[in-house]
Amino acid sequence: MSEDKVPVMIPRSLYQKIEEKIAGTSFTTVEEYVALLLENEFPEETEYSEEEEALIRERLRKLGYIE
Amino acid sequence: MPRPHGGRLVDRLTPPATFEKVRSEAAELTKLDVSEELRLDLENTAFGLYSPLTGPMNRDEYLTVLSKGRLGNDLPWTIPILLDVSDEKAAEFSVGDRLSLVCEGEPFAVMDVQEKYGWDRKAHCESIYRTLDPAHPGVAKTHEMKETLVGGCVEVYEPSPGKFPKYRLKPRETRFLFREKGWRTVAGFQTRNAPHIGHEYVQKTALAFVDGLFINPLIGKKKSGDFTDEVILETYEEVIRHYFLRNSATMVTLEMEMRYAGPKEAIHHAIVRKNYGCSHFIVGRDHAGVGTYYGPFEAQEIFEDYPDLGIMPIFFRNFFHCKKCGGPQNDKICPHGAEDHVNYSGTKMRSLLLEGKRPDETMMRPEVVDAILRHKEPFNP
Repeated sequence: MSEDKVPVMIPRSLYQKIEEKIAGTSFTTVEEYVALLLENEFPEETEYSEEEEALIRERLRKLGYIE
Repeated sequence: MPRPHGGRLVDRLTPPATFEKVRSEAAELTKLDVSEELRLDLENTAFGLYSPLTGPMNRDEYLTVLSKGRLGNDLPWTIPILLDVSDEKAAEFSVGDRLSLVCEGEPFAVMDVQEKYGWDRKAHCESIYRTLDPAHPGVAKTHEMKETLVGGCVEVYEPSPGKFPKYRLKPRETRFLFREKGWRTVAGFQTRNAPHIGHEYVQKTALAFVDGLFINPLIGKKKSGDFTDEVILETYEEVIRHYFLRNSATMVTLEMEMRYAGPKEAIHHAIVRKNYGCSHFIVGRDHAGVGTYYGPFEAQEIFEDYPDLGIMPIFFRNFFHCKKCGGPQNDKICPHGAEDHVNYSGTKMRSLLLEGKRPDETMMRPEVVDAILRHKEPFNP
């Protein structure tokens, strides 16, 4: 296991259900599937520079999307 | 908000600082004329709607999409984005060249050519449309395409304003908008119709468990008898104004060609909405279908094959007005029989409107009817 990963315990029965679910899909491990589900729970925000943020806010305001 | 497909939102628009340089360079390059539909695909790529794609597909990528419904890195992808040219035109440039892309005499982008390759129309149609029937609009279009495909990386320096500039936002803008509105979860709703009560019911059902509704009409070529784009936008404005909580719904257009590829196109539509920032995508009956080429719920069933899509589909089956329940219902919740159900028939409402008559208020909001009837020609000729 690489240093930037940590183990998490889940019930064996759940692990087995996930194994069944990902059989024949592009997931090669249960870890990959669980990591994707959790990433969707904690997504990264799109980043904007201050200048871009001001431009977008102004455009959205002009178009009536925000006040 | 989900991450963009592939993790990073593609941005292939020329920044203002290099605009003049790219534009003057383009004037010296070999020119390649592209259709309006292709221009939209290339602009959508540059805007990030097709993230992680950065241009028309190279051969290996295209073949993986045909055989697996995935990109080379295993990321779900079902609809090839292709640039086709004649053999004669292909002979005018080489791999490694930079081309100037032109649409209706207007240069708008440059593209670095990475590959030129031949392709098999039959294999393409069998995989994407699951039919070789020339009556299928996607198959017919495939047969009109030219012999050589060109893969590469595109940079758009002069995007078209779009048919409705007011409603054309890029994914970086919609993601910003959702954040500003405080929407963590957003359901995308695709439409090519003026809304009837059934549509509103579906949208509000979805809204019961997400923060915002993203109404995303598809603008582009439509069939004869379909509502015009103007009517669709105006009628939705009415519904949003009169029947949705303030700040619970917004509308942005999507300028993209319909392929009528049914299930495969449903996945593509979901990916595009994920890139806009939607966490959920509403998939109805026969989504992106045409005729009887696909089963009514195949566009929902295909999502089973893509648990790693990164956007949650919301499925709706049949919905109708139930006379006994006294409102819109669906077959999962209504206990009454077919004799009490009145379908939201678009065809029936259209024929009434064509005669200048008003559909019943249980079928269509009066403000929507008014907006339609304000137009002399609400339907495409």
